[in-house]
Amino acid sequence: MELFVFTCASIMVLVGALGVIFRKHPVHAALSLVLTLFGVAVLFVAQSAEFLAAVQVIVYAGAIVILFLFVIMLLGVDKAEDLRVEPLASQRWIAALVGIGMVGLLSAAVVSSADVLRARGDGIASPVAGDNPDANIQQLANSIFSDYVFAFEITSVLLVVAVVGTVMLARRRTGKGLA
Amino acid sequence: MLSLVIAPTTTWYLVLASVLFTIGAMGVLVRRNPLVMFMCIELMLNAVNLTFVSLGRAMADINGQAIVFFVMVVAAAEVVVGLGIIVSIMRRRSGINVDDLAELKG
Repeated sequence: MELFVFTCASIMVLVGALGVIFRKHPVHAALSLVLTLFGVAVLFVAQSAEFLAAVQVIVYAGAIVILFLFVIMLLGVDKAEDLRVEPLASQRWIAALVGIGMVGLLSAAVVSSADVLRARGDGIASPVAGDNPDANIQQLANSIFSDYVFAFEITSVLLVVAVVGTVMLARRRTGKGLA
Repeated sequence: MLSLVIAPTTTWYLVLASVLFTIGAMGVLVRRNPLVMFMCIELMLNAVNLTFVSLGRAMADINGQAIVFFVMVVAAAEVVVGLGIIVSIMRRRSGINVDDLAELKG
């Protein structure tokens, strides 16, 4: 059963990711990104990280992609790009080579360390969550609000700074008042 | 005999995450539209999140998921600031090509 879920979610993730980099139209790329994000959310659920799956759908698919679409529409850049022209000579070939090398190296490292993972109990049915259906959220809350409470507060400061900074960046300059 | 039910192990998730990360990196290298490049950065962040969750499960450690939570918040802030910068650049230039933005001066 987990194999079936993993296969379907992987196909969603990879098709969406390839769509992001190969679709000419930015709106289509954003919609492919939604597909990838939902696939990752399904993988989170399959690994019993239910809270993160919900946050993934709400924050990424709900807020970030909507923000992308807003900017695409506002800027009026929703024209299809001509992907046939190659701005830098032979850039794509080098990029493809780098990509093959990167995925080969990463996969080799992961596969060669599989024994270490297996020694630590790989593939066991999530001892993180346990039998209690709310165990994931309770454990995460215990972790965030005790061990990482300082980082949590700093995060709220970061969000305020980001919002204020973006408002200052994007507002139109009027003649008088603050710059 | 091979067991009939093959359960995906952590290694499968990690390989999937590495492929996803590579696709995102390729997108940043190849595409020239700043918005699409931002989307590719989101792909890379998602690959890293998937790695954190997989290893957190393999090691029965909740801290992996806690870190993913913070990564998501920082990614949201980063997208907000980045899109603000893109909007303010696009307001004075019409092109959508990052090669035209090689100089910082307006």
